[in-house]
Amino acid sequence: MDESDALTPLHPNHVKAMRVATLLAAVPFVIGALVLEVAGLLPTGVFIVPVLLAAVLIVIRAPMRRYMARGYVMGEDRLRVVRGLWFRSDTVVPFGRVQHIDVHQGPIERAYGLATLTLHTAGSHNASVSLPGLADADARAMRETIRAQIRRDTM
Amino acid sequence: MSEPADPPETGERRTEPTGLLLRAIGGLRQLVPAIVAMVLVLRDEGPWLLAAVPLAFVLLGASVFVAWLQWHRLTYRVGTEDIRVESGVLSRAARSVPYERIQDVSLEQGPLARVFGLVEVRFETGAGGKDELKLAFLKEAEGERLREVVRERKDGAVATNEAEPGASEPSAEVLFAMAPRRLVTFGLFEFSLAVVAVVAGALQQFDFLLPFDPWDFDEWQERLAGPGAWLSGLGRTAQIVGGIIAAGSLLLVGFATGLVRTFLRDWGFTLERTAKGFRRRRGLLTRTDVVMPAHRVQALVFGTGILRRRFGWHGLKFVSLAQDAGASSHDVAPFARWHELDPIARAAGFAMPTEDLDWHRAGARYRIDSALLAGLIAGGIALAVLVALSATGAASPLLALIPLAIALPLAAWQWFLWRFERHTLDDTQVYARHGWLAPRTDVASRIKLHSAEIAQGPIARRRGYATLHLGLAGGKLAIEGIPLARARELRTAILRSIAAQDFSRIN
Repeated sequence: MDESDALTPLHPNHVKAMRVATLLAAVPFVIGALVLEVAGLLPTGVFIVPVLLAAVLIVIRAPMRRYMARGYVMGEDRLRVVRGLWFRSDTVVPFGRVQHIDVHQGPIERAYGLATLTLHTAGSHNASVSLPGLADADARAMRETIRAQIRRDTM
Repeated sequence: MSEPADPPETGERRTEPTGLLLRAIGGLRQLVPAIVAMVLVLRDEGPWLLAAVPLAFVLLGASVFVAWLQWHRLTYRVGTEDIRVESGVLSRAARSVPYERIQDVSLEQGPLARVFGLVEVRFETGAGGKDELKLAFLKEAEGERLREVVRERKDGAVATNEAEPGASEPSAEVLFAMAPRRLVTFGLFEFSLAVVAVVAGALQQFDFLLPFDPWDFDEWQERLAGPGAWLSGLGRTAQIVGGIIAAGSLLLVGFATGLVRTFLRDWGFTLERTAKGFRRRRGLLTRTDVVMPAHRVQALVFGTGILRRRFGWHGLKFVSLAQDAGASSHDVAPFARWHELDPIARAAGFAMPTEDLDWHRAGARYRIDSALLAGLIAGGIALAVLVALSATGAASPLLALIPLAIALPLAAWQWFLWRFERHTLDDTQVYARHGWLAPRTDVASRIKLHSAEIAQGPIARRRGYATLHLGLAGGKLAIEGIPLARARELRTAILRSIAAQDFSRIN
C-alpha cells in the first residue's frame, strides 16, 4: 500500500447520519434563540437570524466537507484511516498490532445501516482508531478480514 | 531463587492474617485527622464528648469486623494456567490472570511490612494502575515463591520466543549499582525546595493552631520591635549578613531535601540481569523489588538535567507496559555515566544512540512558524497589557515592554531547538531527541511500534510539514515538524518493519 493509493470513500449515508446528529445538537441552541427572541430583549431577529444561519451552515455544509475529508485504504496487512478537515490525521494500523476489534452502531447509524469499526492497539497514542460511516455489512466483513490476518499462535 | 518452583497447587490460600494488623495501623494513620477534627468540633460541647467515645468504639469494632470479613473472603489460587483471586463480601468477584499476560511480579515492602516480614505482591499485566492484580500482604517467602511460579509458567508459554539475548546466562549479573558516594552526588543534583512550599502550604492550612498569625505583618513588626528590636538596630552590614544566612539556609534545606529523598528512594540501588530479564532493588525504608522481562522493554528513554548534564550525568528509563510506582516507565539507571548505560541498553536488546547516525532535524519552516507564533503570542500579551495599563492608569504603560522582551528569547529558543532536536532511523530502531537544555532521547524498537499517524494542523498543511506520532505501548513517541515527504518516508519504512512481525511473537 502506498501513499498514492486512492482513498476509499465512506458510505454516502454517513453524510445524512452526520446531518441528523448535528441537527440534534443544534436544536437546543435554536430553541434558546427562539426563547430570547420571544422575550423581546433586542430588536426582532438579533438572536434567531445568526443562530439559524449558523445552524444551516453546520447542518448542511459541514457534514459534507467532513465526509469529503474522510476515507480509508484497506491494504494487505494494514488499514489506513484519513480524517480531519482542519487538523488532518493520517493513521496506519498494521493488522499484526491489533489487540481487539469493535463494530459499533449508534441509534442514528442503525437507522442508516451504518457502523463504526474500531481497532484497538496496545500503543498509548492511537490506543483506538475508529473508522465511522461504513456500511454495516462492510464493517463486519472488514472485521472478519482483519481477524483472519491476526495470527493467533499464542492464543 | 534458584530452587525449582513447587508443583502447581489446587488449594485456595488466604493472605497473611498479620497483614490485617498492618492495614489497621495504616487505617489509624488516616483516622487521626478525623479524630482531631472531631475533638476540635466537640470540645465545647462537654458531655457530648462522652457520648462520642462508645460510638467511636462501635465504629472501630465494625470496621475491624468488616476488614476481617474481607480478608476471610479473599482467596487466591495458583493454578496451572492462571492465578485466580476471588474476593468480595456481598458481591463476589473472581478474577483470573493467565500467566502469559503477566508482565512482571513486583514485590513492595513498606517500613512496617519489613518489621513483620510481609510483602505486597503485584502482578502487572499492563492494565495499569487500579486494574492490576495485587495481593497484600504475603510472607516474603511466599512472594518469592509466587514470582518463581509465574516465571516458570510463563517460560513454558513463551518458549517459542528465542529473540531474547543472553537468555542462557545461568545467574544474575549486576548491571548497575549505586554506592552511597554516588547517591550523595545524585542527591545534590536533586536539589528541591518542595519542602519549603509544603511548609508554607501547611502553615496556611493550620495557621489556626499557631499562637500567632504568621500572615499578619504588623504583628511581625511588633514582635521585632520588642525583643527583636536589636536586629533592626544592627545596621546595614548585619542585614546583608542576615540575608546571606537566609539564602544559605534555603540552599541548605534544598540540598538536604534532595539528599534525603534520594537516599530514601534509591538506597542500595541494584540492577541485575537475570536469566529472563532485569531485576531492580532499591529503597531505604520502603524496599521495592521489581522484575522486568527483557523482551517487554518497548523503548529506552535517556534523560538528563540542565546542570547534571554539564557534569556528564545521565539517566536511563525503560518504557514498558508495566507500572512502576505509578509511573509508566522503569528507572533502571537514574544517575550514571554515559558508558555505564551501554551494557544496560545492550542487555535489553537495544543499541545506544551515537553521533555517527544519520540524524535529521525538524523542518526550518516548522521552526520559523513556531518562533513567529511564540512572538505573536508574546506581542499580543504586550498589546493587551499596554491597552489595559493606558486605559486604567494603574501602572506605567512601559511595563508592556516586559512581555515584548520575552518574545525575543522565545524565538531564540526555537532556533536552539532546531539545532538540538533531531531524529533518525536505523535498521532496527527509531531515535528522537527532544529539548535543548535538558535533552531527552527516546529510542524505540521499530518492530515494537503499534501504529503510525501523520498529523497536520491548519498551518502545517499550508507549510508542508507534519508530526509523526508513533504508537508506543506504555509511552509516547512523536517526531515533530518534519517535512511531509520525510514523514511519509519514515512511516513507510517503519510500517514495513512492523508488518514483518506479529505482535504476539515479540511480546
